[in-house]
Amino acid sequence: MDCINNLSLCLRHSGVDAGLAEFVSIFLGVVLVATFPLLVTILLIWVERKFAARIQDRIGPNRVGPFGLLQPLADVVKLLTKENITPTGADRPIYNLAPPFMVAAVLLIWAVIPLSPIHYGVDLEIGALYFVAVASIGTLSVLMAGWASNNKYALLGAFRVVALLISYEVPLALALIVPVMLANSMSMVGITEAQWGMWFVFMAPIAAFLFFIGSQAETGRAPFDLIEAESELTAGFNTEYSGMKFAMFFAGEFMHVFTNGVLMAVLFTGGWIGPFVGELPLIGLVWLMAKASVWYIIALWVRNTLPRLRIDQVMLFNWQFLVPLSIVNLLVTAFLLQVIKMAGLTPADPGNFVQNIPQTLVLLVGNLVEFGGVLIMLRNRGRRERIADAAKGLSAPVHAVGD
Amino acid sequence: MVIGGITPEAFAFGLFTILTLGGALGVALNRNLVRGAVWLIVSLFGMAGLFVLLSAPFLAAVQVLVYIGAIGILITFAVMLTRSMTNLRERFTNQWWMSAIVAGLFFLFLLLGVVAPVWGSLSPDQAPAIVGTTEQLGVSFVDGNQFVLPFEVVSLLLTAAIIGAIVIARHQEEEE
Repeated sequence: MDCINNLSLCLRHSGVDAGLAEFVSIFLGVVLVATFPLLVTILLIWVERKFAARIQDRIGPNRVGPFGLLQPLADVVKLLTKENITPTGADRPIYNLAPPFMVAAVLLIWAVIPLSPIHYGVDLEIGALYFVAVASIGTLSVLMAGWASNNKYALLGAFRVVALLISYEVPLALALIVPVMLANSMSMVGITEAQWGMWFVFMAPIAAFLFFIGSQAETGRAPFDLIEAESELTAGFNTEYSGMKFAMFFAGEFMHVFTNGVLMAVLFTGGWIGPFVGELPLIGLVWLMAKASVWYIIALWVRNTLPRLRIDQVMLFNWQFLVPLSIVNLLVTAFLLQVIKMAGLTPADPGNFVQNIPQTLVLLVGNLVEFGGVLIMLRNRGRRERIADAAKGLSAPVHAVGD
Repeated sequence: MVIGGITPEAFAFGLFTILTLGGALGVALNRNLVRGAVWLIVSLFGMAGLFVLLSAPFLAAVQVLVYIGAIGILITFAVMLTRSMTNLRERFTNQWWMSAIVAGLFFLFLLLGVVAPVWGSLSPDQAPAIVGTTEQLGVSFVDGNQFVLPFEVVSLLLTAAIIGAIVIARHQEEEE
């Protein structure tokens, strides 16, 4: 038991030199944190294909192994044995560097994720900021890939990415500030521990909604998959990649989706917090993965049911809806937190569920009012558009479908 | 833990210095502007590492977020949009040696300041023992007695710059 919770101490007890024991435990930790998401991804490919198939009324992979479980392994072998083609005119160093960057950008996020009460890579004081910073490396990778391929479709895909990812980082970061304010801490460990009494998703549902949409856009998947819109860009930024280099982009994307689920779990639904965590810290990992899986499944559901949006629609949705909403949400939450402080509703013991209820109710009502305001504004806007359309319709009865 | 007389800090410092200086050299020596932009990002990344070693994790994260995530990508983007710039073969200017001399002089100046005690010695004992946390940094930005005025002025300046950029972009659009 002790060996699982504290390897360094365990090794020292069995007579290993203290420095070496420390080194071995840190080294194993790094290897574990770096390999675990990659291994999970192999299974997730199966989950995703099966889930997509069920939504589309198909069976999905069912030939290799029981329930087609070994299909991803077969795919890995196939990708490994494929030829690596570098197009003529490609900028070789940049072309080769882009795929590892994509994987690294996602793996680096895992360094600050608390997996259980005592297992985490590092407890960075600036964990939330670190996440936003690291996520920008992924954008860089796509840009490098698109340019270095010397292919017009790839470059067009990369241009779209920069527009899309940089835009959606704004509501993402603004939504991220809300749990930071609620927890009074930017560290991922601190944010998790602040949710002992109440999950933040009940205190800030709008922030959770904004963060979920923002992170979905960051992965570049439907309805935001303009990056690789097959009908317009063949395969977008990774058109010229093959074999393992393509597989790295592919793995990076799959890992990113699950990592977003983990982040949602850590920031809004209490991370590793669950029953029996006190007695058996490692069980926190199970709770974390279970919560992350729920968010992951919702992300898959969204991906497989919504159509791809046009670039102007995506941009309008972000700048005219998400960004204003995230700014208003930030101001409302900050204001309500001050009101709660002045009214003396702040729980004396943040870990107590009952003491958290008044605070949560105030924030929840605030969020509901905000949501109501948004609905009314959307309704008025839709009405104005319909009236304008009707007025136009009198003079010119034919107008474009879908406008 | 010391391996062969080199502390991990010294090793990390060496690595980040190589990244910073190597990246800067890459920027200066590369004819290909996109590669130059990538080298610039490498250099900025080394700087972020140095910030970590100086116990300023907040600055390090901001360095990665703002300089690599925003400015680096913006530069790369701008270079890619101007197609003729990606394939430079000739030199733009013959005054490169002048800038080299100026840069070299600056470096000598800096070296003098660090090695020789011209402006007072820079021994490690003089460094402040307590390093401010992110919380203190945040408070000092909004505290009326500290930096709230400069902070607001900078915000206003940036807002003005954004509005100016939009006005310029709009103007050109109407002309077309």
